[in-house]
Amino acid sequence: MNAIYGLYPDPGSAQRAFNVLERAESELGFSGKDIAVLSGEPYEGYGFGQRDNVTRMPWIAALGALAGGLSGWVFVAFTQKTYPMVSGGMQLVTKWPNGIITYELTMLGAILTTLFVLLITARIPDWRGRKLYDPAISNGKILIGVVNPPETARAELGTMLRDAGAEAVKEFTN
Amino acid sequence: MNKTPEQINKDLLRPIYHATWRFYVTAAILAALVAAALFAWGYQMYYGLGISGLNRPVFWAFYITNFVFWIGISHAGTLISAILRVCNASWRRPVTRCAEAITVFSLSIAGLFPLIHLGRPWLFFWLIPYPSERGIWPQFRSPLLWDFFAINTYLIGSVTFLLLPSFPDFALIRDRASGWRRKVYGIISLGWRGTPKQWHRLEMAMRIMAVAIIPVAVSVHTIVSWDFAMAPVPGWHSTVFGPCFVAGAIFSGIAALIVAMALLRKLLHLEEYLRPIHFDNLGKLLLVMSLLWFYFVFAERLTTWYGNFPGEMSVFWSTQIGRFSPLFWTMVFCNFLIPAPILAIKKLRNKIGWTVVASVPIIIGMWLERFLIIVPSLSYKYLPYNFGTYRPSWVEIIITIGTFAAMGLLYLIFSRVFPIISIWELKLGMPKKEAAPELTTQEAAAGQTQAG
Repeated sequence: MNAIYGLYPDPGSAQRAFNVLERAESELGFSGKDIAVLSGEPYEGYGFGQRDNVTRMPWIAALGALAGGLSGWVFVAFTQKTYPMVSGGMQLVTKWPNGIITYELTMLGAILTTLFVLLITARIPDWRGRKLYDPAISNGKILIGVVNPPETARAELGTMLRDAGAEAVKEFTN
Repeated sequence: MNKTPEQINKDLLRPIYHATWRFYVTAAILAALVAAALFAWGYQMYYGLGISGLNRPVFWAFYITNFVFWIGISHAGTLISAILRVCNASWRRPVTRCAEAITVFSLSIAGLFPLIHLGRPWLFFWLIPYPSERGIWPQFRSPLLWDFFAINTYLIGSVTFLLLPSFPDFALIRDRASGWRRKVYGIISLGWRGTPKQWHRLEMAMRIMAVAIIPVAVSVHTIVSWDFAMAPVPGWHSTVFGPCFVAGAIFSGIAALIVAMALLRKLLHLEEYLRPIHFDNLGKLLLVMSLLWFYFVFAERLTTWYGNFPGEMSVFWSTQIGRFSPLFWTMVFCNFLIPAPILAIKKLRNKIGWTVVASVPIIIGMWLERFLIIVPSLSYKYLPYNFGTYRPSWVEIIITIGTFAAMGLLYLIFSRVFPIISIWELKLGMPKKEAAPELTTQEAAAGQTQAG
């Protein structure tokens, strides 16, 4: 993988670069998916920060909660029936106490599902190979660039990124 | 505060890269106290639980007091942090991680006390609900078993809540570190790069977690209160115990947070980040909780007195004018009479020193409250021939002191490994400078090409 990117000092100039690249993608022969954005903090108020912001995480977490609650109830009721205690004729499967454990496992289901959905959809952990990255991001810079750009467009992309306000334009090769 | 991202990184990562001699001296003192507590625990294991002050009829005392107290302190973090996140209180940013760390450590310490109280901690797995050949079937009707589920859920949730927003900060340390640090932080940052997708999923996950963790936190302390309230013991069998415990937990939690923040501010030179406004806002919350605490105590005592049941009155008078009254009135002073006036006066609340002066007695007072819930009720339980007394042994005292030292030590180590303030969240809350909006030639040309 190789890339050309610019480092931007503020979200305004990063947005400009992003707009330029979006407009130029068909002309220069790359697709929108090739535009790379990396930042040290979320920029949800900007277009470049709103990429891939559709997720079903809340619904999946709710399903996880449901699964946790159901498994909690089944676990407790099954145990109570399989290993019956002497209860003097009172019911073995007790609704209120079992409800408390069901409640806790419902919440645990939601928490663990949220965690797993985050890890899967954000694609972490990912320690494989060298990925497009620049440590300047941690100093507040915003990286906007193009992954695997056509050779013929490299020079023009460099100019575009610089004109949009990049403090530095760099190339990345893996 | 008008700082560049580089300055913020430098300030907040300084404690990770540089430790002063003060750090090592403090850590050594705390470690010595923890070692003393471990020795005391080992001594108790060797000679048996009989060397503690526990005896008929007071079978629950210091250890269970500590258990309830530390569970209460755990409400400092995740609950407060989650509430502030849900309310989108922007001043929360420098506070949340300090708070979340308190939760994880105090829950871990609290979890030790049932084991210490067992006397034979190597049989701890008997607490876990599983059918065994001994015929001790899981008793799901027992509040102690509800505790097991509630505390473990809260601990898993709190650790997750602490770790999730830490990945970007670990990546930041990775970028600036070298040698073994770079490798370690490279691994624990999970390969975080900061793509919009990663940020969006992280923020979404934090929102869901914040909503999920609040009812869990409330349930944990309610269930701990039911350890007592489900038993027909004078002073325990009360419907108000659940909310009273939750309020008390939040109360002691905020006080602990203020003290921890003040210490961090001083020791790590975070004066520009943990500012008087943070202490002032937490002070307001503390004032509300102090008033609420007093209301609960008054309501509980009044109904007991008015009901005049002989069994209840023995416990009641023992705390008002009897053997436990010095502790009770100290508690009232510590939890209400000292902090409420200080926190009600804006000029005092604005001063960090005064909020600490208000908070330290609350921590003492809330420990006393836990003690006064447990010991008087067991000492004066119904039949006078069965009345008894309790005096803690040196083992219980050393273990109690050791857990406070353990909390300090864990927190100290934490501040050397984690940025104690969430750096990316802090930056997120700062105003952004914008670039000039006019188009460049290239941009205009690109736009015309596309339009054409």
